[in-house]
Amino acid sequence: MIINHPLLGPRDAAEFVYLGDASLIDRPDWQADDAMEQFHAYGYLRENPAGEHKELWYHEQGDRSWLVVTRNTLTHEITAVELARDVARARGRDK
Amino acid sequence: MSQKNRIDGGLVNREKSVKFRFNEKWLRGYEGDTLASALLANGQLLVGRSFKYHRPRGVFTSGSEEPNALVQLRDGARQEPNTRATMVELFDGLYATSQNHRGSLEHDLLAVNDLLSPFLSAGFYYKTFMWPKAFWEKLYEPIIRSAAGLGKLSMLPDADSYDKGFLHCDLLVIGAGPSGLMAALTAGRSGARVILADEDFRMGGRLNSETLEVAGQSGPDWANNAVAELRSMDNVRLMSRTTVYGAYDHGIYGALERRTDHIADGAGKPRQVLWRLYSKRAVLAAGATERPIAFGNNDRPGVMLAGAARSYSNRFGVTPGQEVAVFTNNDDGWRTAQDLVAKGVHIPAIIDSRDSVPDIKIDGAKVYTDTAVMDTIGRKGVKAITLTNGKVIPVDALAVSGGWNPNVHLTCHQRGRPEWRDDLCAFVPGGDLPVGMAVAGAANGALTLAAALAEGHAQAAVQLKDLGFKVAKSDVPEAEDEPRNCAAFWHVAESKKRAWVDLQNDVTVKDIKLANTEGFRSVELLKRYTTMGMATDQGKTSNIAGLAILAEEAGKSVPEVGTTIFRPPYTPVPIGAFAGRSRGKDFRPYRLTPSHKWAEEYGASFVTVGNWLRAEWYTRDGEKGWRDSVDREAQMTRESVGICDVTTLGKIDIQGKDAAAFLDKVYSNTFSTLPVGKVRYGLMLREDGICYDDGTTARMGENHYVMTTTTANAVLVFRRLEFARQCLWPNMDVHLISTTDGWAQFAVAGPKSRDLLRKVIDAEHDISNEAFPFMACGHVTVCGGIPARLFRISFSGELAYEIAVPARYGNSMMAVLNEAGAEFDAVPYGTEALGVMRIEKGHATGNELNGQTTALNIGLGKMVSQKKECIGQVLSQRPEMIRDDAIKLMGFRPVDRSRKLIAGAHFLNKNDPADMAHDQGWMTSVAYSPNLGHHIGLGFIKHGDARKGEIVRAVSPVHGVAMDVEIVSAHFVDPEGERLRG
Amino acid sequence: MRYSGFKVFWEGLRGNKGWTRAWREPDPKPEYDIIIIGGGGHGLSTAYYLSKVFGITNVAVLEKGWLGSGNIGRNTTIIRSNYLLPGNEPFYEFSMKLWENLEQDTNYNSMVSQRSILNLFHTDGQRDAYVRRGNAMFLAGADAELVDAQQLREELPFLDYNNARFPIKGGLFQRRGGTARHDAVAWGYARGADSRGVDIIQNCEVTGIDIENGRCVGVQTSRGAIRARKVAMCVAGSSSRVAAMAGMRLPIESHVLQAFVSEGLKPVLPGVVTFGAGHFYVSQSDKGGLVFGGDIDGYNTYAQRGNLPVVEDVCEGGMAIMPMIGRARLLRMWGGVMDMSMDGSPFIDKTHIGGLYFNGGWCYGGFKATPASGYCYAHLLARDEPHPVATQMRLDRFMTGNLIDEKGSGNQPNLH
Repeated sequence: MIINHPLLGPRDAAEFVYLGDASLIDRPDWQADDAMEQFHAYGYLRENPAGEHKELWYHEQGDRSWLVVTRNTLTHEITAVELARDVARARGRDK
Repeated sequence: MSQKNRIDGGLVNREKSVKFRFNEKWLRGYEGDTLASALLANGQLLVGRSFKYHRPRGVFTSGSEEPNALVQLRDGARQEPNTRATMVELFDGLYATSQNHRGSLEHDLLAVNDLLSPFLSAGFYYKTFMWPKAFWEKLYEPIIRSAAGLGKLSMLPDADSYDKGFLHCDLLVIGAGPSGLMAALTAGRSGARVILADEDFRMGGRLNSETLEVAGQSGPDWANNAVAELRSMDNVRLMSRTTVYGAYDHGIYGALERRTDHIADGAGKPRQVLWRLYSKRAVLAAGATERPIAFGNNDRPGVMLAGAARSYSNRFGVTPGQEVAVFTNNDDGWRTAQDLVAKGVHIPAIIDSRDSVPDIKIDGAKVYTDTAVMDTIGRKGVKAITLTNGKVIPVDALAVSGGWNPNVHLTCHQRGRPEWRDDLCAFVPGGDLPVGMAVAGAANGALTLAAALAEGHAQAAVQLKDLGFKVAKSDVPEAEDEPRNCAAFWHVAESKKRAWVDLQNDVTVKDIKLANTEGFRSVELLKRYTTMGMATDQGKTSNIAGLAILAEEAGKSVPEVGTTIFRPPYTPVPIGAFAGRSRGKDFRPYRLTPSHKWAEEYGASFVTVGNWLRAEWYTRDGEKGWRDSVDREAQMTRESVGICDVTTLGKIDIQGKDAAAFLDKVYSNTFSTLPVGKVRYGLMLREDGICYDDGTTARMGENHYVMTTTTANAVLVFRRLEFARQCLWPNMDVHLISTTDGWAQFAVAGPKSRDLLRKVIDAEHDISNEAFPFMACGHVTVCGGIPARLFRISFSGELAYEIAVPARYGNSMMAVLNEAGAEFDAVPYGTEALGVMRIEKGHATGNELNGQTTALNIGLGKMVSQKKECIGQVLSQRPEMIRDDAIKLMGFRPVDRSRKLIAGAHFLNKNDPADMAHDQGWMTSVAYSPNLGHHIGLGFIKHGDARKGEIVRAVSPVHGVAMDVEIVSAHFVDPEGERLRG
Repeated sequence: MRYSGFKVFWEGLRGNKGWTRAWREPDPKPEYDIIIIGGGGHGLSTAYYLSKVFGITNVAVLEKGWLGSGNIGRNTTIIRSNYLLPGNEPFYEFSMKLWENLEQDTNYNSMVSQRSILNLFHTDGQRDAYVRRGNAMFLAGADAELVDAQQLREELPFLDYNNARFPIKGGLFQRRGGTARHDAVAWGYARGADSRGVDIIQNCEVTGIDIENGRCVGVQTSRGAIRARKVAMCVAGSSSRVAAMAGMRLPIESHVLQAFVSEGLKPVLPGVVTFGAGHFYVSQSDKGGLVFGGDIDGYNTYAQRGNLPVVEDVCEGGMAIMPMIGRARLLRMWGGVMDMSMDGSPFIDKTHIGGLYFNGGWCYGGFKATPASGYCYAHLLARDEPHPVATQMRLDRFMTGNLIDEKGSGNQPNLH
């Protein structure tokens, strides 16, 4: 596969390390009343869609960016690649 | 033997005679021959035995689809089983042997299987060999295994080397037949970067095998000229002997180039190169494969595909026989008759299954219409054929054509499905091609020469326009639209004899009918039950006929039945080629520590730790075994001072205004309260609350920390920290850089360590206990101004330091430390002594932090702060993970102090039975403690913290050993930790 | 029809005209006691044991494609019970005992061949871990044998002992491990279940799960609605997709595992060899092909195909450990979609919806589990309580913290 890195251009997927669903960005609030339930869902439950999937890849053999890649799990077609940090900020994550 | 079947013409070089050996016979051919053409030229019809019935078999095709003519090529460590004679270029001294027979090729003892065939029908083995039970492994299976298989491995390491390479192009053209050449010419002339790959050693595809003309030139001449023009272009790369074997995601294709297979001695050059081709677009011009018709005993040597017969006569100057009959259901078969007759070969009969046949006069041939071949007569070669009208015709070869199947394989490698075309009686590529792929020529169902040329041009032009190229004007050369009418005719129903569909795996029409009767009606079930299409040719000549017969039996149409799935590789690829240079010692890279050279010179033995090689101990004169060395190193360190290269520990430099806050989140304990100039032990959890890694982190400045990780997790922890920094807390001002390779770091441990370091560290730095107490860190200089970092940390439990210098000084630093230590009898120590001392101190390492244990388990439950946010804190509190009776890390010593403990032994309460329900835990690490004079161990045992002093059994059934051990504190030496503060 | 050597002989004499269908092709009835979704190995074995052991025969197996088209049709055929943890090892040992009697039980030769499985180790730490595992196997009633490099040299002289990047220090054998003919396992179970009255319905895709008042009452299919008292999901590889029809999110990701087979060769490998440090395992089939595999590709996918980096990685492992296979040719590569669970271990459990059951999360351990998975699932379906060897394979274990993490890789499925 080829991942079109937003800063570096097309790169072979072998340069990257895969983590999983981009929902891993949405780490729950540790002080919420139902923190345990939330962390259980965050840590363990997955949509695992057959189709478009937003997922985290890390450019370990490159610039060490974490990327959010939108890829179809049926065809492997990649339709978007974003810097994970931008996605995280857009989702309201801070310090 | 003379070349009795050699005839005039062809593209072989008659100036260059080539000697080769088949079994014990020395034979001759010409440069430009394949092994198959040379064997045929010499009248060697019998070349192998079939898989199941050990039937005699001859050359059946002229290409990579060959099911029959498999040989073992070369010998010794270069012996290559199952090699298709049709793909082997003849070279001087070539040695090939036939395979899959017991006794000689001519007199194969296992041919008895053929007589037993009534009892060996499809799937028979699923119905028997069940009793007596023990006989399967002992008797039945060994017999089946030795009879099955084909060629033999040499059992020696492959003596050749293989390379890998990567190429990029705008347009990849797969296949250099008429449409491929035309596509490449169009693209090349337009300035695109083109790769043209073809599996043959001579480009031109079927043009080299036909008597068709292109633009008024002979086919081979036109191909030659096209290749010459392409070769003159800088933007075109021609790759002959190169099979594109698979289509992968995003325009990536796998290809195998055979570099030295066609020469006697590769002179050490890589035998083959495995290419990864990165294409923007691809044109698949892979041609078509002829298929046979199934009739009685259609597998005898001498029976051959009609197109192959034409190849041998037109390209190689070889006739398959002196009396060659032709059996066809299509116009193309007639071309074989025409071409052979033109070469002076006698064609006694043309048998066409259709009632309306081309109006072609073949001299000397009798034409039978609406007739089929029902049977063949002969043993190791066909002697005569029997027609459905009862007529028996003496022949020594039979050319068969059942029509042509487009080579759709690569169009289906990404799960695309081909579509049926009734007019061709064949599958053509479907609409769901791999992204960026177009198909041209015969592969696309354009079976005539004129159509193939036109499509090659047109498909390339479309791709080029898409890529933004201005397509250069190319005229499609004039060529014939030769007649290609074909009737659906798969097998001769009148045949009472076994009629082969899959030649190599011995699957007959009856087998397919039986599978259908028994309910194996999906084409996938048919394949799996009968093994049809599972041989080395993957059913290239057999699959379509097989499923057509299944369709007929099941009362369905061929497209309703569908095909099995086409999987890579298109043709088999050596495992060695996929491995390339990554074998032997080069399987994975080595990482060497900065003091590796010094350690080699001083008698170190090395051990693999991940990718690192580390000194495990240093042997001194007189030491008889490793224990002598390790005991000495551990003892001398505790008595005086020892030096160990600990560079392999991961080092991560962490800087930024939020560095402290960041560390509080990634470590379970707090680092923001750590004063500048101090070090703290840190425990890192995974998000699931399990221990992930540990190490010490030093605060070198207000906003500057240096973290150490374990050797094994250096890369992983860094990755996790980047995840936390970029994805979880993206607005923190914190930056990370791995400095593992930047600093050489040495532990200097033992009561004399300060004295030793005083000699090395420049005098202006005060390292007295007061100025530089336990857990201090700071910048120093050594040896007159070399920058260094000093940490007062201890893994051994002694007064100890770690000193780091820029990696380039590492080897010298090791030498300097040892020289300075000479007066204290300083010893360099390796990983074994390191391990002994850490077990004596009860420190957890990889065997304890194995990804299954919690902070509570290793006795550090209190380190998981619940007052600040950190990774892993929430899920670490799940009920099953905080049970009182959870396993705890404890020390163990044998009740009989002379006994040796075993890591991996399980604990059982004294009178409990040895079963899983009573399992209390396991021993993780053991060592002989030279300081205590007996073996000691660490281990996890249920509720261990409440069981000090209890005696339990440690059992290791795999060693046949059980012994009593006492549960003790894990801190065997200096439990109060006085030494390290001194 | 009973299969036997005599029957084969008799039919051979009569021109093989007397063979009859191995199973029926029934149309679905409007209602069943139990519907099993998925006609792969586990679904068929569940049906078999339901009918044979628990006497429940009003059962339908609904299969989207052809019988046995699940991962039973694309795996590397290895059977073993060399697990470590109490949540797993007794289960796999139970499976091994079922394997050992499978042919006689089903009257179908699925070629269970106990030719041994070997796991190599290369460091002291790996040895310690294998000693721990071997001892755990003993405690669960399985067999294990620790061997050193010298013994291995005698038994498997073709491994690379002299020039290896990761020197071989020894290995752990399970002599009772080995291989089986994967398709035949499915066929044997199918034939056995069918003969006891189970309806195996091919080309019948489940398109919806009917839930009324919090209870599952049946399914919608491409061949109409079918009601049932109990519905049992058994679709590893597609678990998330099917469970989504019941509104469930699972602790599972779908990943592709590639597998490979070489051209046929005369016998060279006596048993299964696992080279964990090189991500490579291999056996040789009765037909002669080297059947081998390695790591999963590592990204979520439902495409039954993989990519080149893993192909090369696996072959590198193969050449590193047995350099004699360089000239053997890779004939075919394929990919199967795995239910990769969050701790690498499976589930056989009720769901929170009454009458709806779940079996999945087999990672790449599914084939060897086929008999026990079916048996234990049948037990759960028949008695509504877990079989004693499958009590930990629960869906709620991530909430309680009772993990079954053999590799210690944590909640990241592609590391298991």
